[in-house]
Amino acid sequence: MNVTRRDFMKISGITVAGATLSQLGFDLTPVHAYATELRIKGAKENLSICCYCSVGCGIIVHTDSKGKVINAEGDPDHPISEGALCAKGASSYQIAVNENRLQKIRYRAPNSDKWKEVSWEWALDKIAANIKKSRDKSFMAKNKDGKVVNRTNGIASVGSAAMDNEECWLYQKLLRSLGLVYIEHQARI
Amino acid sequence: MTNHYIDFRNADVILNMGGNVAENHPVSFKWVQAAKDKGAIFIHVDPRYTRTSTKADIFVRLRSGTDIAFLGGMIKYILDNKLYDEFYVKNYTNASFIVNPKYSFDDGLFSGYNPQKRSYDKSTWALEKDEKGIPKQDLTLQNERCVFQLLKKHYSRYTLEKVTAITGTPQADLEKVYKTYGSTGAPGKAGTELYAMGWTQHTVGVQNIRAMAMIQLLLGNMGIAGGGVNALRGESNVQGSTDHALLFHIIPAYMPTPRAKWATLADYNKTTPSTKDPRSANWWKNRPKYIVSLLKSMYGDKATKENDFGYSWMPKLDDTQNASWLMLFDEMYKGTFTGFFAWGMNPACSSANAGKVRQAMAKLDWMVNVNVFDSETGSFWKGPGMNPKKIKTEVFQLPCAAFMEKEGSITNSGRWSQWRYKAANPPGDAKPDGDIMYELFKKVQALYKKDKKAVFPDPILNLKWDYETKGHFDIHKVAKEINGYDLTTGKLVANFTKLKDDGTTSCGNWLFSGSYTEAGNMAARRKKTDPTGLGLYPEWAWTWPVNRRIIYNRASVDLDGNPRDPKRPLLKWDAANKKWVGDVPDGGWPPMGTNGFYPFIMKPDGVAHIFGPGLADGPFPEHYEPLECPIEKNIMSNQRINPAIKIFKGGPDTFATCDPRYPFVCSTYRVTEHWQTGVLTRWLPWLIEAEPQLFCEMSVELAKLKGIENGSRVLVETSRGKVEAVAIVTPRLKPFNIAGQTIHQIGVPWHFGWLHPKDGGDSANLLTPTVGDPNTMIPESKAFMANVTKITKKPAKKARKG
Repeated sequence: MNVTRRDFMKISGITVAGATLSQLGFDLTPVHAYATELRIKGAKENLSICCYCSVGCGIIVHTDSKGKVINAEGDPDHPISEGALCAKGASSYQIAVNENRLQKIRYRAPNSDKWKEVSWEWALDKIAANIKKSRDKSFMAKNKDGKVVNRTNGIASVGSAAMDNEECWLYQKLLRSLGLVYIEHQARI
Repeated sequence: MTNHYIDFRNADVILNMGGNVAENHPVSFKWVQAAKDKGAIFIHVDPRYTRTSTKADIFVRLRSGTDIAFLGGMIKYILDNKLYDEFYVKNYTNASFIVNPKYSFDDGLFSGYNPQKRSYDKSTWALEKDEKGIPKQDLTLQNERCVFQLLKKHYSRYTLEKVTAITGTPQADLEKVYKTYGSTGAPGKAGTELYAMGWTQHTVGVQNIRAMAMIQLLLGNMGIAGGGVNALRGESNVQGSTDHALLFHIIPAYMPTPRAKWATLADYNKTTPSTKDPRSANWWKNRPKYIVSLLKSMYGDKATKENDFGYSWMPKLDDTQNASWLMLFDEMYKGTFTGFFAWGMNPACSSANAGKVRQAMAKLDWMVNVNVFDSETGSFWKGPGMNPKKIKTEVFQLPCAAFMEKEGSITNSGRWSQWRYKAANPPGDAKPDGDIMYELFKKVQALYKKDKKAVFPDPILNLKWDYETKGHFDIHKVAKEINGYDLTTGKLVANFTKLKDDGTTSCGNWLFSGSYTEAGNMAARRKKTDPTGLGLYPEWAWTWPVNRRIIYNRASVDLDGNPRDPKRPLLKWDAANKKWVGDVPDGGWPPMGTNGFYPFIMKPDGVAHIFGPGLADGPFPEHYEPLECPIEKNIMSNQRINPAIKIFKGGPDTFATCDPRYPFVCSTYRVTEHWQTGVLTRWLPWLIEAEPQLFCEMSVELAKLKGIENGSRVLVETSRGKVEAVAIVTPRLKPFNIAGQTIHQIGVPWHFGWLHPKDGGDSANLLTPTVGDPNTMIPESKAFMANVTKITKKPAKKARKG
């Protein structure tokens, strides 16, 4: 039988690199196979890349039939990480399944001491109005030397290396169309 | 990175200096181990003994902020012992170029210094050109004004005695590292350097890295398998976010941000680098094609030849304006901004002098904070020392999707753009960042459409914002926009060689052109072929530029195109078929020969710069002390600190040097179990259990001196702020002997914040100074002066609650 490393791990349920059945001294195959089946039975494999450092390790995110994340583990086919993950990447499942996640749009009014939950519609309308007000008030068509600059001096942005490439590009497009020049993010610090 | 993670395995010697690869990039360490398994020598140079050091064949200590002295000594050693790669130095670098006769260096200052402006007039650093405009050369390297001789002279001062006095590294340790790393100058040997924030976060950050780049050029280690200068970057997509220019000084793919002095597109195009040398490819000559294609991706059909492709709609900086991070928060502190986006960021903990940032945010009218979890930024108004009743700032906290809840690509340090798939829906009302910004801008556009008297609505109304399919935001459409289109056919372009400057092509980022073509989404590829056997995996994901896995690779071959290292042939010229075999070459032209193109195609001169006339603080790296340092006098010169740094004055910007109140050198750093400010790790039960709170590492000697026991609570203080931490008393840190004086060093991780967990401690960035490198303005978080004292009173009950 031609068993790849990945097939082997699927069969044995052993995810610790280097551990083999002979090292264990006795055959745990049925036990591991049963345990594995329980955890990811019928699960869908979704391929991803870790969100933490810049190594770019492969992660397989398992979801159940209802689309809920039930597991995340190293992608053994990935040429850089070869199935390995560090403590952070191996915990990434807890990002998806976490009661502390922000789930509501929250608004803190001036001088208030608490959050208020609001709708997307309300928040985006109000942010858009704020943007327009700040931009129009601080827009500079010409600088003090009389040269055309067409920029917004009154709004700044930081972020984000945590976004995808496409989002980063889209975000700079949005900011530059609004006239911002104070555009910075993690790469500077 | 010039190279990539798997390539570590191809090195004979690996130097990790300015980083902690085993703890901060753990999985990549398997490739360090793979090299070691084949007999490579691994060197770790750091102020602190870490888990990286445990795996090192050679570990040596140096005081924080003295890397240039250490590396300057290495340059001297390589030159004195003739360890350099003479062929490489003569043919592929500017070592033979002749420097302007007015160039000089005296007592820590290069020629052209203006002490009032704290800056240099760089005209005297120029390289001389002949009557045809081609750089003058002396290939014998004997001319006393040639770069090689000036280099020798400059670093002759970096004697072992002086380097030891500055760094605290014993001479025998220095020699061991110099000899071992210098051995990679032999043809057929490869040495690589891995660095991280340990080099960038200094007032001499850029010159730290330049010093190493110069060493790599002297040793012929650039452009080869197992070589390079490799930044281990801290965030999964900080490479991509830099490439896509979420920075003030560049627009996508490293083109300069428009400035007031470049009023028209023609003016802007005058920034295009040029050369008179017919042998220099000068790739940047293509800038006009890239800027017009970018403008077409910004404004679509509204960008026409008649309106300069909408160039005037792009915001422009004043001619010398610096809008970088520290300046941004300085302006915010002064009340310049009414609005602020903290999108996927937590500056209340990540910024140097975070206390100033927290105060600055209270001066805003409104802030939009987008994140996966709550943070000290979104909730700054209820933080320590804040009175919400007095803070006017409106805060909008928008919940966003986590990485597995959306689709898109990210770019790792090795420039690999890898596609991620959506696994699940985000919880509650959370949405992907892309969806949020897409919908937000549509609302802004609608407001401007409605207001007939709106201020200069053109760039907003004319923006191409059509990335949806069946009424929903479609990330693939953005990925395609970034790749670029041939607008005459509507097809995706194959790569950036197809781009034009006449408005018939569009491209959001020329470096990513080729990433999503008519052949499909290249970043999603998962084929594991490896024809070179070097671990390049050319069909796994996609690498910029044009899927080149190791950049500057034309420097790996001799003049005839044969690999200089037959064991690791990265590239080879197939003369019979007139093509290159191996990696994607840095340009497809035939080998350099005696008449062909030079290898460093991004430089107008075509060769790599050992002498770098473009930087703010000198053409050669020179040792200066950190802004806050423990010694009164720089042992190398009378310039104690980098003469070109900007000094922030007043208010929350205080500094203390050689001040008995703050006697210890302090560094911030990271641990394996947390990431950055901890927003994506402190809320995860497994990780916060593993590393629950802020600690301060110190030597056994210092602990004894200060009466501190392991595990006791301590106060770490600088002139700017203080944090409470748990003492870790450890032999991993040792006092340094600096010119006869005992200097202690302490360290604190910067992952914590007051919001969560409640007793985890606050941000170590409350301690760090507002001062940056003169080229990049990256703050000096790795070397500043602090005090540490034992907290004798019992903690209040409240603080002990979990």
